[in-house]
Amino acid sequence: MEPIVLRYTVDGDNFVSAGEASTDMKRSLKRLGADAELIRRAAICMYEGEINMVIHGGGGEAVVTFDGSALDILLVDHGKGIPNIEDAMREGFSTATQEVRDIGFGAGMGLPNMKRYADELILESEVGVGTTVKMRLVG
Amino acid sequence: MKLSMVRDILGASVLAGETMLESEIKSACGSDLMSDVLAFVKEQGVLLTGLCNPQVVRTAEMMDIICVVFVRGKTPDERIIALARESGIAVMACPLTLYEACGRLYSAGLGRA
Ligand SMILES: Nc1ncnc2c1ncn2[C@@H]1O[C@H](COP(=O)(O)OP(=O)(O)OP(=O)(O)O)[C@@H](O)[C@H]1O
Ligand SMILES: [Mg+2]
Repeated sequence: MEPIVLRYTVDGDNFVSAGEASTDMKRSLKRLGADAELIRRAAICMYEGEINMVIHGGGGEAVVTFDGSALDILLVDHGKGIPNIEDAMREGFSTATQEVRDIGFGAGMGLPNMKRYADELILESEVGVGTTVKMRLVG
Repeated sequence: MKLSMVRDILGASVLAGETMLESEIKSACGSDLMSDVLAFVKEQGVLLTGLCNPQVVRTAEMMDIICVVFVRGKTPDERIIALARESGIAVMACPLTLYEACGRLYSAGLGRA
């Protein structure tokens, strides 16, 4: 099939809208008749990434490409960046504020969870410049 | 177990998804931490939580959870209920603690192998 491209702007100042892009992606994949297990994995990866963009990255852009079997998720923010990616990938590592914890996030589980459910995860980050997350999932 | 049974066991009020009460669920999970729900939940139909914000509903939708039960007397606002309706997720509220609400459902056989 002709690849489908979904583009989203993720608002970094609005916690209420955090997750809108993931919700739309999941519904779109369902409509396109994507494999149920692929949808489930993609939803988790995208949502974890989107929440990270909002709570750590100050918002940014998300692009999802689906060709009928493989799904690519690209998340780009221009936030504070990650000083040490190895630390960030470790289960339980989090720099989340108390405010973020109060709304149910900040356990340091997001990146490890994305790694678990994506077939490929590439994390690039520069302090003061921003973070790019690329995930590939194959149905 | 049917959602109507969940409602009866918890003495909960139904705030959204009135037409879903005949839906069957096989298991449930209880957490105030959405990070954990995303990392550990698998095929649980109901999420019980004391956390009350829109991300609870969005997390539920991501995880194919069909019903959210707000415990400890938490009342979700209109925005949360509207989001749940849009997502096809039933919403209930009950005054029990998370511990007691989960315990009651477990004792009634929900999620026991
Ligand atoms: N887009 C980002 N920009 C800047 N820092 C980030 C970004 N994504 C992740 N981080 C850093 O990596 C850490 C670990 O991220 P991870 O998603 O695993 O956990 P968390 O977001 O803190 O908590 P959880 O995902 O469990 O809610 C974060 O606490 C933060 O310091
Ligand atoms: Mg995270």
